[in-house]
Amino acid sequence: MLSKRIIPCLDVKDGRTVKGVNFVDLRDAGDPVELAAQYAQQGADELVFLDITATHERRKTMIEMVKSVARQLNIPFTIGGGITELADADALLNAGADKISINSAAVRNPKLIEDLAKAFGVQFVVLAVDTKHVDGRNMVHLNGGRLITELETENWIKQAEDLGAGEILLTSMDHDGTKAGFDCNLLSKVNQMINIPIIASGGAGSMDHFTEVFQKSNVDAALAASVFHYGEILIPDLKQELKRNHIPVRI
Amino acid sequence: MKTKHSFPYPDKKERIEIIMIGIVNYGAGNIFSLTAALERLNLSYGMVNTEAELEKYSHIIIPGVGHAGTAMEKLKATGLVNAIKKLSKPVLGICVGMQLITTHSEEGDAALLDIVPVNTKKFDKSLNIKIPHMGWNAVNHQNNSLFTAVENNAQFYFVHSYFIEYNPTFDIASADYGLKFSAAVQKDNFYGVQFHPEKSGKAGEQILKNFSNLSL
Repeated sequence: MLSKRIIPCLDVKDGRTVKGVNFVDLRDAGDPVELAAQYAQQGADELVFLDITATHERRKTMIEMVKSVARQLNIPFTIGGGITELADADALLNAGADKISINSAAVRNPKLIEDLAKAFGVQFVVLAVDTKHVDGRNMVHLNGGRLITELETENWIKQAEDLGAGEILLTSMDHDGTKAGFDCNLLSKVNQMINIPIIASGGAGSMDHFTEVFQKSNVDAALAASVFHYGEILIPDLKQELKRNHIPVRI
Repeated sequence: MKTKHSFPYPDKKERIEIIMIGIVNYGAGNIFSLTAALERLNLSYGMVNTEAELEKYSHIIIPGVGHAGTAMEKLKATGLVNAIKKLSKPVLGICVGMQLITTHSEEGDAALLDIVPVNTKKFDKSLNIKIPHMGWNAVNHQNNSLFTAVENNAQFYFVHSYFIEYNPTFDIASADYGLKFSAAVQKDNFYGVQFHPEKSGKAGEQILKNFSNLSL
């Protein structure tokens, strides 16, 4: 049986991680490579790196970071941030990234999804969607939730699947940062609508929230940042807890 | 090797025993992660572009991601097909590289190398599964030497939309996703794994180590 995946997300700025200060045996908490290796050892199933300052000038720093991560890491990882064209994705693929995540560039130019899927395969293309509840509808937002678009979340995700997205990373801006649990209703609705894997994001505060999101919405993976970085939830404990609740996980 | 006397094996014969993995370089997908994994395991490797280079190595890996039909066309373009089929040293196909050693793929309705007489088929949505099969899945293995020191039902990382049909004659490990399929096959010196050993944690690294220890 396919396991449900647990995915720590690392925010990177200029090739350094900006969160992740609470690990004990780290020589350098800002080093993405060391942090990534630590997570892999703890049993993370996959990692996501979001480059929050990605620009063309800084692309080189990012490529070097991706190469170092790929040299050390024996689990898959995704890179997101600032990917606007095929050349960006190609450079990341050749540096060892398993998948790339695109967000605003795809909203501005949906054909990018199709082009990336054709060039590198659907398994390489993760569409990240930031969603917020507005007047009874779920609306796609950009810039970390600051900018509303005219796209309705469910429609956009369906369109992206048709265009060739291989996976959806769905972040609820209403739940993100609240530590009050994932948006199980929306995740469940989207999960039933599409036939590609979906990663739940936004709202993880306790181990129960992970159990809940897998039980209620049957998503394929759950992503979180701060609860892992600050050691509030340890991945081995989380996996044991999920296993006790009969959720298939890799121990 | 600047100075001859520093080489630990003065006898040339012993030098030939050294394990060197040749990676068939036919342009189907990125191999950075594979070479990184071999480096972590201290396994030496090189690229195979020509028939002469195929001879140089003790073990051969056929990597591959993407479209099986396209990959087969690229492999044909290298002119290595016949030489690969004649190999008697250990060969390991990974992911699409594994599919290439089968007879036929539904992906692009492509005739493949036909080394292991089984077929590569498309996962069927009607089995109520998501496609691609992406993530960690348990692998039930048959104690083949490729799986030495790997626990049964250890999990490996898979990413694929096409699978190799289960056939007990050639199956050395199986997995379940809507149906039972071959996660690994063997015929004589030819091995194939559908999962990505280079991305499958410690269990995956053990597979690469075991492959390098195969002698036929």
